[in-house]
Amino acid sequence: MTQQRVISRTSEDEVASEYKWGFETDIEADIAPKGLNEGIVRLISGKKNEPAWLLEWRLRAYRHWLSLGEHQPTWPMLDYPQIDYQDSHYYAAPASYKNQPNSLEEVDPELLAAFDKLGIPLAEREKLAGVAVDAVFDSVSVHTTFKDTLDKLGIIFCSFSEAAQKHPDLVKKYLGSVVPYTDNFYATLNSAVFSDGSFAYIPKGVKCPVPLMTYFRINAADTGQFERTLIIADEGASVSYLEGCTAPMRKSHQLHAAVVELIALDDAEIKYSTLQNWFPGDKEGRGGVFNFVTKRGKCAGRNSKISWTQVETGSAITWKYPSCILQGDNSVGEFYSVALVNNRQQADTGTKMIHIGKNTRSTIISKGISAGHGNGTYRGQVKIMPGAKNARNFTRCDSLLIGDQCGAHTVPYIEVRNPTARVEHEASTSKVSDDQLFYCLQRGISEEDARHMIINGFCRSIFQELPFEFAVEASQLLKVSLEGAVG
Amino acid sequence: MATLLSIQDLHATVDGAEVLKGVNLTVNAGEVHAIMGPNGSGKSTLVNVLSGNPQYQVTGGSVEFGGRDLLAMLPEERARDGVFLAFQYPVELPGVRNWQFLKSAVDAVRKHRGQDELSIRQFDRIYEAKLKLVEIDAELMKRSVNEGFSGGEKKRNEMLQLLLLEPRLALLDETDSGLDIDALRVVAGAVNGYRGGDNAIVLVTHYQRLLDYIVPDFIHVLYDGRMVLSGGRELALELEAKGYDWVKEAVAAGR
Repeated sequence: MTQQRVISRTSEDEVASEYKWGFETDIEADIAPKGLNEGIVRLISGKKNEPAWLLEWRLRAYRHWLSLGEHQPTWPMLDYPQIDYQDSHYYAAPASYKNQPNSLEEVDPELLAAFDKLGIPLAEREKLAGVAVDAVFDSVSVHTTFKDTLDKLGIIFCSFSEAAQKHPDLVKKYLGSVVPYTDNFYATLNSAVFSDGSFAYIPKGVKCPVPLMTYFRINAADTGQFERTLIIADEGASVSYLEGCTAPMRKSHQLHAAVVELIALDDAEIKYSTLQNWFPGDKEGRGGVFNFVTKRGKCAGRNSKISWTQVETGSAITWKYPSCILQGDNSVGEFYSVALVNNRQQADTGTKMIHIGKNTRSTIISKGISAGHGNGTYRGQVKIMPGAKNARNFTRCDSLLIGDQCGAHTVPYIEVRNPTARVEHEASTSKVSDDQLFYCLQRGISEEDARHMIINGFCRSIFQELPFEFAVEASQLLKVSLEGAVG
Repeated sequence: MATLLSIQDLHATVDGAEVLKGVNLTVNAGEVHAIMGPNGSGKSTLVNVLSGNPQYQVTGGSVEFGGRDLLAMLPEERARDGVFLAFQYPVELPGVRNWQFLKSAVDAVRKHRGQDELSIRQFDRIYEAKLKLVEIDAELMKRSVNEGFSGGEKKRNEMLQLLLLEPRLALLDETDSGLDIDALRVVAGAVNGYRGGDNAIVLVTHYQRLLDYIVPDFIHVLYDGRMVLSGGRELALELEAKGYDWVKEAVAAGR
């Protein structure tokens, strides 16, 4: 039987008939019954053999979530139904999937075609498509040599579950220190039932020599519905972390609520780059992932720096505000974003820069592209606290509209409580103009290439922030995501 | 001499208003034609229509280019087949590197001619030689297309494209406007370098000054959507001295 849960952006029949909430019923073994209760939280923690304090933390989160009464936030500019949180499974061991394809021949050809377009290396395709192979040839050896390098430097990089077992002190110290379990509806839900995710610790003075995840990203495929990531850069450490992949990811759930916490101590630097290309639903808006993510970094130390770069083209609903708490004096926060919505996609995304320390600086560059019937909103907060002497912020929000059925909105919140602060905000809305298109056509460039070139140009300042391989993929991803979008 | 461009009774509208009202023009390979005329007479419209700008609607007539029905071709097909428009107001493409834009254009034209795309090194070698001819700083190749370029830089960048694309027909839309005398000399030098027996130039200008540098074979006066007068080099001097009123009066008297 062909894999039914493979999600590709073009197979509409599958969306209509096969893509449903939560797990499918053909998974028999090792799956919790539907619904969320204290027993389920205990079950998840027990399956992962977690220490008692972690279970206790989950339970506190669960009880807090109950007190919220399933009230999803209503302030975002997003239109989606009230989700029935009791109608989902909250635990299934990934190994228990039945009906996995045994080779690429059994995988949806549409998905393979998408891999081709994006230039995904052959070695990674099987893993991405969810093929049940024990080892992906190339990556195993790469994985081993890579792991040795990290070990020698004392860098810890493992799954969150493993970290909870092997490095409980670090996890206990930092879990929830940036995003407390009471933070918001989805973060609370995640805190109660998070499945797994990544953990990284870079020791004092160590510069991580390679971007984490470059070689690991395929292993991160389908880490689950409620990912939890925690990254700590100790004093003087630095790391670049890459998340995601341009491939249309196979995701087994419609609802995703991830939490990412970053901590940078004195003189430390974390660069976090994301490409998100989850299933966006079909042209009529059926199916598609609901992506509610809480990402926040704390520049806890002096002279520390946290930089977020994201290219968001997937998901039916994106609710995401990677933020920086600039606590240490002279700390720096950056947010670079491209968010694309096509067809019926909706995105409400932006950032928060909370300036607490002296001489803190932040930069926000947001590029929104709206096509089809898509609706994109930039929502950003810049807050200068009373002690943040000489704080600086520069914000630029540009929106590009393709067609006349889409929407772009900019909602900045600026709160300044220190008179020495300097805050700048620039915004623009533009279209790919007929004059620009004709100029390209008159030079012999095809209309499709011309649009791609102009849209890429619009995003250039963001792509420049991405690691090189990621930048190339991101550009290609925009092209695929905008196929069929008429100006 | 081979006829390159043959325009017969061409009519065209912009936003519903008829601007070209029956233009006739024949251009042979190796010739330079200058089109002059008062403001609003349809000069820019003519070159835009020939290059296929969708903002202009052709309502009648025919145009043959190298034996093909030009009006049946898409703008990008016309460009690849050798119709080049040097824009009066070159368009800015924010974030698009000039280098990338020019290479894409050259590759598109080469592909049409059955040639391979150029390697990065090949293209670099070709444009570097041409940069000197138009006196453009190599730095401009790294900047966004026309963004923040001075008026002179924009026009010289157009000439760089002319030299790179080697079209059969160059349409120059007031390429001299806004240029100081040094830039004008550079632009004219590029055009004269390009000028040859196999190609032709149709240039639109208000001022005979440009024609001191690019000496045309024919001068036409376009007035109220029609070619009302044609002549040689001396016609430009006469227009410079006397203005257009006598032309207008002659047209009015002839009706």
